[in-house]
Amino acid sequence: MNSPAKIPSDVKAPVVPGILIRVAALVCVLVTATALLGQDKNPFAGDAGAAKLGEFQFRINCAFCHGLGARGGGRGPDLTRARKRDGNSDAEMFTTINQGVPGTAMPPNGTTGQGVGMTEEEVWQVITYIRSVQVKAPPQPAGDAVHGKQLFYGDANCSGCHMVEGKGGRLGPDLTAVGMARATDAIVDSVRNPSRRLAPGLLEATKEFPQEYETVTVVTAKGTEIKGVTMNEDNFSLQMMDASEQIHLFDKVALRSIKKSRTSMMPIYGPALLSDHDLQDIVAYLQSVGGK
Amino acid sequence: MRRTIQGWLVLLAASSIALSTWGQVTSARLLNSAKEPQNWLTYSGDYAGHRFSALDQINKENVRSLVAKWVYQTGATGKFETTPLVVDGILYGTGTDNRAFALDARSGRPIWLYQRQLPTDIRPCCGRVNRGVAILENKVFMGTLDAHVIALDAKTGSVVWDVAAVDYKMGYSFTLAPLVVKNLVVLGVSGGEYGVRGFIDAYNAETGERKWRFYTVPGPGEPGHETWEGDSWKVGGAPAWITGTYDAAKNELLWPTGNPAPSNRGEGRAGDNLYSNSLLALDADTGKLKWSFQFTRHDEHDWDSTQIPVMIDQGEKHLIAQANRNGYFYVLDRTTGKLILANPFGKVTWSNSKDAEGRPVAVKESTPTLEGRRVCPGAAGVTNWESPTFDSQTGLFYVNAREQCDMFSTAPQPYEAGHAYYGSAYFPADDTEPFWGALRAIDLASGRLKWEFRYPSPSWSGVLSTAGGLVFTGDSEGNFVALDAASGKALWHFQTGGAAYAAPMAFAIDGKQYVAIAAGSSLYAFGLP
Repeated sequence: MNSPAKIPSDVKAPVVPGILIRVAALVCVLVTATALLGQDKNPFAGDAGAAKLGEFQFRINCAFCHGLGARGGGRGPDLTRARKRDGNSDAEMFTTINQGVPGTAMPPNGTTGQGVGMTEEEVWQVITYIRSVQVKAPPQPAGDAVHGKQLFYGDANCSGCHMVEGKGGRLGPDLTAVGMARATDAIVDSVRNPSRRLAPGLLEATKEFPQEYETVTVVTAKGTEIKGVTMNEDNFSLQMMDASEQIHLFDKVALRSIKKSRTSMMPIYGPALLSDHDLQDIVAYLQSVGGK
Repeated sequence: MRRTIQGWLVLLAASSIALSTWGQVTSARLLNSAKEPQNWLTYSGDYAGHRFSALDQINKENVRSLVAKWVYQTGATGKFETTPLVVDGILYGTGTDNRAFALDARSGRPIWLYQRQLPTDIRPCCGRVNRGVAILENKVFMGTLDAHVIALDAKTGSVVWDVAAVDYKMGYSFTLAPLVVKNLVVLGVSGGEYGVRGFIDAYNAETGERKWRFYTVPGPGEPGHETWEGDSWKVGGAPAWITGTYDAAKNELLWPTGNPAPSNRGEGRAGDNLYSNSLLALDADTGKLKWSFQFTRHDEHDWDSTQIPVMIDQGEKHLIAQANRNGYFYVLDRTTGKLILANPFGKVTWSNSKDAEGRPVAVKESTPTLEGRRVCPGAAGVTNWESPTFDSQTGLFYVNAREQCDMFSTAPQPYEAGHAYYGSAYFPADDTEPFWGALRAIDLASGRLKWEFRYPSPSWSGVLSTAGGLVFTGDSEGNFVALDAASGKALWHFQTGGAAYAAPMAFAIDGKQYVAIAAGSSLYAFGLP
């Protein structure tokens, strides 16, 4: 485990004269401030050797989710982007790596079972590595975000199933953060080939892998067929949402049949349905939202 | 199933022993644990590693009415891996960060609680976990994350002795439940991710004095040393982090070992790398090596062989069976250490041929590269450390299996004392199918699959079989499940609310049978209404 800057905690008030307490308190404040300052800046910034060591640490501890080149894997965001949802300053990245991101699959350093956890020095090496592969300027979205928004909520009807900043449908994943998290080509690919890699859904506290947006079709005991996405399941129960956003809860034994499919419920948006130009605009819109 | 007269006698015996022998677990009782099925005296329930309970009050006929009797909440986060012991009504378990506890096993109410003050810079690879205690006389024994061995007073939880086995700052820790044999506390070290030199230790249970140490990586002049290139043996890994078994007739400990270091990079450690990924037969009194068998030579995929080696006697045949992380189910003759059978029990792509002795041989294309290569099984293996069970009634060996392939990629890395030393990275292959798991029943005689029970995702839970014709296991979706041992049909389940990273066990008090498992951050005990 990593231990962040330690703050002196052995000031014993009752037996120390007041002036000493104040001096001690001042020392305490100074030490704390210095320690935190020390944590703000990457001691290895720009050091190619440290970046190389960081690459190895990255492969061991981070590549499982973020991919070999930090371009984003099945689960983790693309880290080569200069904008990062949880902050791109040295201090913010250090905090993100050490403490994880609550409510997401990003765990605190050393708690994953993937890798053994990194020392403070190694975390800085990883940050140095990420800086070395980071695309220098934030990519200027080629598309027109305003038009993209019109398409998202209008003709392309993305909002029928996807929510952005609280507005839209619920059947597909919320896309508020996707523009910050994913590389442009990954977003384009998921629109053109929605079934190639299903989006991750619910991840439970001690589970290794998240539930994915699999399609499920059940036939109830009464013979009613219901199709929707899997919200969660275990060996004995199924929780699903149908196309009208109705949640259904089933005991598997009570169903006549269950058919699961890895063909996404999302239609394939081929170039005939959505031109490259319009898709660029939608990507530009997604990249324009979701910042902190 | 109708209750046999034998079954009733066992339960009667249970209540009478409870009155007469409280607190005195002698080494003779450990040796004859089969005579007191109401108690669970060692990690695997017996020295043979069967994880089988002779209790049959809960059986195929009535298991559908099983109910939760109590829940003990540790209040701790992280993987809860303990197999509790039960001795005459008292349950002894451990939790994360080297917690230990004694409970009234009828109610789950704590009698004492212990938590070690650990240094901030311990180096556990894979969670701040512990799998349980061992017991002898009036002491329970625990290996700690800062690589100490401690003895606690069984009645109060007070520390009786505390010895440092090795410097934890070099990457060593203990996570396994120790095994008590005679008056010795035996345990193997963790740290295969830090370039340690693995060992198995035995301590005097009374004093904590170390009786012997066996280094799993031979030093200069010792046989096997020549299987390491240059100085690579010094950081060769081969930890021994799962509890072994004990062959009393031969006075041999059978102890499995883990990966060579660095785990996914063979460059720099040319050779077989003995005794990594091996089964060792050690003289229990001296720690001297009697024989060894290596499952994965020159491992480059992190396939520790730290799975329970299960001793099985069939007439004149004295066997040892192990479902190995590399995907093969092995049966050996434990008199000679010779291989009898090696059959895959999950998807395997790393080998397509066998040598003259019948051992699977690795294909060249399985060696990791910088860009990464897809190999099955993945680094987590077809199975991992989760305990299997053997039921002599069905002749079946039950183990939780995983279907997952990984991309294996090297990440060259200099050794630095106390730092992670993988030399590698692995991550899920870009498959269209998600990973899944199954409880598999393997026929011991043929090594072939008899039945399987699938899970939506792989399980890290161990398995228990009972004389009631049942197998019990947990899954990653939080279910604790009872299945028909013969057919694999699920007969009962309970949603615990947390993934199981532990193996179930069974005990009885006052003539009532319980089945217990740790899941999430709580310990659950079930019984008939």
